[in-house]
Amino acid sequence: MSALEPGPARRDGAPRANGARPAESRRAVIRIDLQLIADMISPGARVLDVGCGDGALLDYLAHFKGVDGRGIELSQAGVNACVRQGLSVIQGDADTDLRDYPSDAFDYVVLSQTLQATVNPRAVLEELARIGRRAIVSFPNFGYWRVRLQVLFRGRMPRTRALAHDWYDTPNIHLCTITDFVDLARRMGVTIERALTLDRTGTRVHERQGWLANLLGEQAVFLLSRARQNTGRS
Amino acid sequence: MTVSSGTAARGPAPASPFQSDLLPGHRLDIPADQPLALDCGASLAPFRIAYQTYGTLNAERSNAILICHALTGDQYVAEPHPITGKPGWWDMMVGPGKVLDPGRYFLICVNVLGGCMGTTGPRDVDPATGKPYGLSFPVITVADMVRAQVRVIDHLGIDQLFCVIGGSMGGMQVLQWAAAFPQRVFSAVPIATAARHSAQNIAFHEVGRQAIVADPDWCNGDYLSAGRTPHRGLAVARMAAHITYLSEMSLHRKFGRNLQNRPNLSFGFDADFQVESYLRHQGSTFVERFDANSYLYITRAMDYFDLAAEHGGVLADAFRGTASRFCVVSFTSDWLFPTAESRALVQALNAVAANVSFVEIPTDRGHDSFLLEEPEFWAVLSGFLNGCAEHRGLTWR
Repeated sequence: MSALEPGPARRDGAPRANGARPAESRRAVIRIDLQLIADMISPGARVLDVGCGDGALLDYLAHFKGVDGRGIELSQAGVNACVRQGLSVIQGDADTDLRDYPSDAFDYVVLSQTLQATVNPRAVLEELARIGRRAIVSFPNFGYWRVRLQVLFRGRMPRTRALAHDWYDTPNIHLCTITDFVDLARRMGVTIERALTLDRTGTRVHERQGWLANLLGEQAVFLLSRARQNTGRS
Repeated sequence: MTVSSGTAARGPAPASPFQSDLLPGHRLDIPADQPLALDCGASLAPFRIAYQTYGTLNAERSNAILICHALTGDQYVAEPHPITGKPGWWDMMVGPGKVLDPGRYFLICVNVLGGCMGTTGPRDVDPATGKPYGLSFPVITVADMVRAQVRVIDHLGIDQLFCVIGGSMGGMQVLQWAAAFPQRVFSAVPIATAARHSAQNIAFHEVGRQAIVADPDWCNGDYLSAGRTPHRGLAVARMAAHITYLSEMSLHRKFGRNLQNRPNLSFGFDADFQVESYLRHQGSTFVERFDANSYLYITRAMDYFDLAAEHGGVLADAFRGTASRFCVVSFTSDWLFPTAESRALVQALNAVAANVSFVEIPTDRGHDSFLLEEPEFWAVLSGFLNGCAEHRGLTWR
């Protein structure tokens, strides 16, 4: 379900031979944005990863943070790859299947690089806030300066690393900027506990908000919670 | 409670060819003072449960997997069938190096209550009358089958099964186990199944049952006393059912409109087409190994299965608070237990935030896919079981 081009860490979905995988072969290194998400999650938590792809994040969380993880993935191939690794994943759609889950079922619900591919992002975010005590959402920032320049000077729909599709075959139907997202969170009464941005290469991470974040961040990762007054860190 | 193996003697021996004393495997005889309370209100005792095992139970008694067989299956999962000589029905799944490896797991399969391969069923002698039960055998349910299995698991000294796995009616038993005995089920794999039997499936079963009761040799269910067998009715029931286990695509690929050993149409009602000949063969081989009354009782048990109804109409309530790990599997071309049924099950499990995986396997071979060579299916099951083994702390060598 991830709308990003699969990075190296997400390609590890090949069928495995019968036999438990030795611990040393586990993915200790995952894509940087997934690592940022993993760092926000407290050990032993209950986590639902919506759009879990081939399960790279869930696999990491299960084996390095002792997390009780579940996943939903749109593509059947992704689901099968996850279950083959022993992860608890079902085939499902963020737009329609989150309503099956009870409220407060998870400590964290993760929506990684998927929000912009949903039909109704606001409804999905509301479901995340209902199901999880906290939600972690990452998405490509349409306010990134390279995106802006491509539209301004080339007069064409932007193509970047984070937005790697042509306009006619992109799964990304609801792109937004960091400022747009912050605005929606405010309208929904959702508290932003942390906001991180990644630059183009994903090597530099900034914890900042405002116009500069919206200009320089190619991707954004938000930690959200329902309660307005919540100041606690996980 | 006495356990016998091999050719141990027992009271009145049932008639051939299903001599339960001569069948391979294990038997558990439940005495008259330990009756099984059935859903229909009757209680059954004494009775016999026949089962087969593969592999060894470990010291912690934590590596047991209960395999639940389907409507016409039996406990001979991975060995030649004692009557037909054909390979076990899950031979491809069970064996050294296979998904269910007896080197790792202690595998148990119990012939269902009402069956005809050693476990007490309508063809066995009612000790109260000295005559075969026939239609005086109580109507049993999937829950009754599971209660009988519990007796075996208790007898083996197993508190918690590492996994309960099965397809079709076997999957119904898996769900019943998970709902009724959640603490005793570490993981559950319901395959190509549903939490209730659909109207269409009940309809197909009714066709089969009517074929049996319309056979004059059925003798109102008393054919054993009359020394007859309703071969024709049972064969027709099997032929109709067999179609539902396949798919249009698989029938087309296998047979098309090909003629059977003839260059032209016969302009008669002989088996002109290969598909007719195939179905007739399926029917005639089935009657050698299956009892017609058992077919009536077991199809009825499937028809009656409705897990939600037992829980106030809310399927999720059947699983509330469960700690079992579920892996629900369906097949794209299965129109008897379509993916929508599995999805409804997953929805209910999600509603109680259960630990559930759900996989739909792409294949064009219909409901029977779970019995066939489907590498993707096997890979998924291996992965799921390995993950569960890790959580359960099972290790080998």
